Amino acid sequence: MLIFATMIFGAHINEYYYLATYTILQFVVLGTAWNILGGYGGYVNFGTAGFFAIGCYTTIVLNKIFPMPLFFEMLVAAVTAGLVGLGTGYLTLRLRGVFFSIATLALAIVLQTLIVNWSFVGGARGVYVIRPAISGMFISYVQFLVVLMIGLATFSVFVAWTVEKSWIGIGLAAIRDDEAAAETSGVPSLRLKLIATTMSGAIMGMAGAPFPFYVTYVDPATAFGLAIAVNSIAMPLVGGTAAWWGPVVGAILLGSAQQILTVTISSAANLFIVGILLVVFLTVAPRGVVGIARSLKQRRR
Amino acid sequence: MTANILEASGITKRFDGFAALTNVDFVLSKGERVGLIGPNGSGKSTLVNCLTGILAPDEGSISFDAYEITKTPAWLRAKRGLARTYQIPRPFRGMSVRENVEVPLRFAVGHTSARTITEAALVILEQVGLVAKAELSPKGLTQVELRKLELGRALAAQPKVLIADEVMAGLSESEVDEILELLNRLNAEGISIMLIEHIMRAVMLFSQRIIVIVAGCKIADGLPNDVMKQDEVERAYLGE
Amino acid sequence: MEISWDLVINAIVTGVVLGGFYASVAIGVTIAFGMLDIVNIAHPAFMIVGAYLAFLGWDQFGFDPFVSIAVFAPCGYVFGRAFYRAYHFFFERRGDESLQGLAFFFGILFIVEIGVVLVFGVDYRSLSEPYLESTIGIGFVSVPWRMLVPFLVGLVMLGCINLYLTRTFTGRTILAVSQDVEALRLIGANPIRANEIAFGIAVATAIIAGVLLIIIQPVEPSITREYIGRAFAICVLGGIASIPGTLVAALILGVAEALTTTFYGPSWSPAVSFGLLLLTLIFRPAGIFGR
Repeated sequence: MLIFATMIFGAHINEYYYLATYTILQFVVLGTAWNILGGYGGYVNFGTAGFFAIGCYTTIVLNKIFPMPLFFEMLVAAVTAGLVGLGTGYLTLRLRGVFFSIATLALAIVLQTLIVNWSFVGGARGVYVIRPAISGMFISYVQFLVVLMIGLATFSVFVAWTVEKSWIGIGLAAIRDDEAAAETSGVPSLRLKLIATTMSGAIMGMAGAPFPFYVTYVDPATAFGLAIAVNSIAMPLVGGTAAWWGPVVGAILLGSAQQILTVTISSAANLFIVGILLVVFLTVAPRGVVGIARSLKQRRR
Repeated sequence: MTANILEASGITKRFDGFAALTNVDFVLSKGERVGLIGPNGSGKSTLVNCLTGILAPDEGSISFDAYEITKTPAWLRAKRGLARTYQIPRPFRGMSVRENVEVPLRFAVGHTSARTITEAALVILEQVGLVAKAELSPKGLTQVELRKLELGRALAAQPKVLIADEVMAGLSESEVDEILELLNRLNAEGISIMLIEHIMRAVMLFSQRIIVIVAGCKIADGLPNDVMKQDEVERAYLGE
Repeated sequence: MEISWDLVINAIVTGVVLGGFYASVAIGVTIAFGMLDIVNIAHPAFMIVGAYLAFLGWDQFGFDPFVSIAVFAPCGYVFGRAFYRAYHFFFERRGDESLQGLAFFFGILFIVEIGVVLVFGVDYRSLSEPYLESTIGIGFVSVPWRMLVPFLVGLVMLGCINLYLTRTFTGRTILAVSQDVEALRLIGANPIRANEIAFGIAVATAIIAGVLLIIIQPVEPSITREYIGRAFAICVLGGIASIPGTLVAALILGVAEALTTTFYGPSWSPAVSFGLLLLTLIFRPAGIFGR
């Protein structure tokens, strides 16, 4: 439905709003993906930027060697990022959750260093990408991208919602609460963690795939940027990690706040405020907006 | 001949040079009630962790119901019917009491229909006397109730063997009797039970056979009265 | 490829000297993470604050870096203790697992790094004292005092901390807690005070390491992230809670980085620490001296 709305009103909207919407939608996807492993399973991924960048650079590489429609590039990105997630998980999920988290951080930086040193994709200087011509019902490529993102956001939320209600979600919740007790209750924890990591990574990769066309200039500093890493953690935590709609709320709240702040103050300041909000929420309202809503509902009974 | 449902031989486990268990053998026959006693730190919980798959022994082998399970992951052992409770209760805090019990029903037993699972969970809660608190969070339970939840969760896995690790610690006399009665009932239904306890009254009443572990070694294994008369047991383990 | 042995030996010496400094960075993580089980990924943030404090001290008051250490390290200790109390109150007491704690430190790291950007900007800052400008040369090997001083201070720091932990009562309590947290928790003992002091020390070492950092090189805020990798790589490789392990691992890392930079260029150097970290986690998570 949202898609139709965008198409119909599209022509009349200022291009800036498109850009803002795209960013917020992107964070809905990233936050939701992060939450599948982080919120549901309790394993914190610090390397979201790495998976996102895998998506970006998959598109860039494919574009140079073997151009194909963005949709297929997204699929390839999903597979690549998913495999990396699976691999990382397989190697580190047998250890304590803390080591997994540190490993994801290390992974992101190692990937960044590899890209920086790979001149085929532009190295540290970055690379320019040309937006393809647009066909059919779209007014501009940006509009197409936004629509694509709406689709991806809907898809990722759907995946999260399904996982949450399914046996995977219940198993993950048990693992998050007490992994040993979960195991002795029959929960195959390694298997479930790997499923979550792969799904999470794949969706993050898909979020990254359209990014080069959106910004038209990609360099490692942006693709692997701090903004992605922090937001993908802050948004689910502020919104609430226990439910699928937490990351969505978080993305909309924090995302909009950042758009406003970037325009009015500065982009460094806005990230600063994100950091502060993250810490404040963690300290005061660790269950996020979801938690607040749920306890209000309980009190009303 | 009664078949052995659980057999462990030569179990040795070291932590950083310290031998927590040395060459422990024992068997549990079908339908048997065995008590495991020993001073604090003697290795009982380590043994349980090795049996259930939370820890991997450095040496030795374990078989369960004719399966060789030494390398089997913990969750698969639970599926096969080896259940345990934890010394310090470890409920899933983010779930209700009922949902706690539903986890093994879903994973160890393999039910898929939500209705079947909920019904079965309520039956189990009935058995352990927690039905009234089914929708509450574990945070609101008393010690006894938490222990019952542990038992309920272990039961939900439809176990053939239940290892009850100090499930009565810190309970009052009547509470101990409650738990004992429950365990006896379960045993009557065919579940082999290994009771690890410090409360000697309960162990003597309950067990058909007693195993004593001191400093990681098994020093006695036999009828309760015989074992308690042995010198080493008296020396090493000073009763309740 | 022709190997110039001059180059190699110089690289190794540089690496060793750098390693001594890295040890001073990592010791705080060894204490906080290895012994207290607190994943303080914000440790490099505290370090960078130390660096900028030293800069301020030098720029505004003419403080010699050692004066800065004397002034700011105790502040760091006090702050560290207070910080631990707050952290313990809000997070450890809840008994929940590390999700919130990890994210919390990540948030702190982030806030501090951006805070520094907002206050000082992204330009490089450095300080300089006359006695730091000279270089010692032995044969074809030359080491600038700029690097030698942090190396020496790093070694001294590690030595002192090791003495403190093994010889004093409080120190040994900290070690006891770290070796068997579960047992202590079961018995009911909750040595918050020992933990508090330990964390205070850890933050103090971060401040000192920061001062040493700005002696070695000019600093700018994004350096923080590089040091996360270095600090944790050293801590994990060294066996998480082992002080000799920290030193050995730091030296290994220093030499590895120096050799990589000499032969492959500086753009690969972040990969060394993080790559080493990844490899250790995958193949030998207990580290060299660990259990």
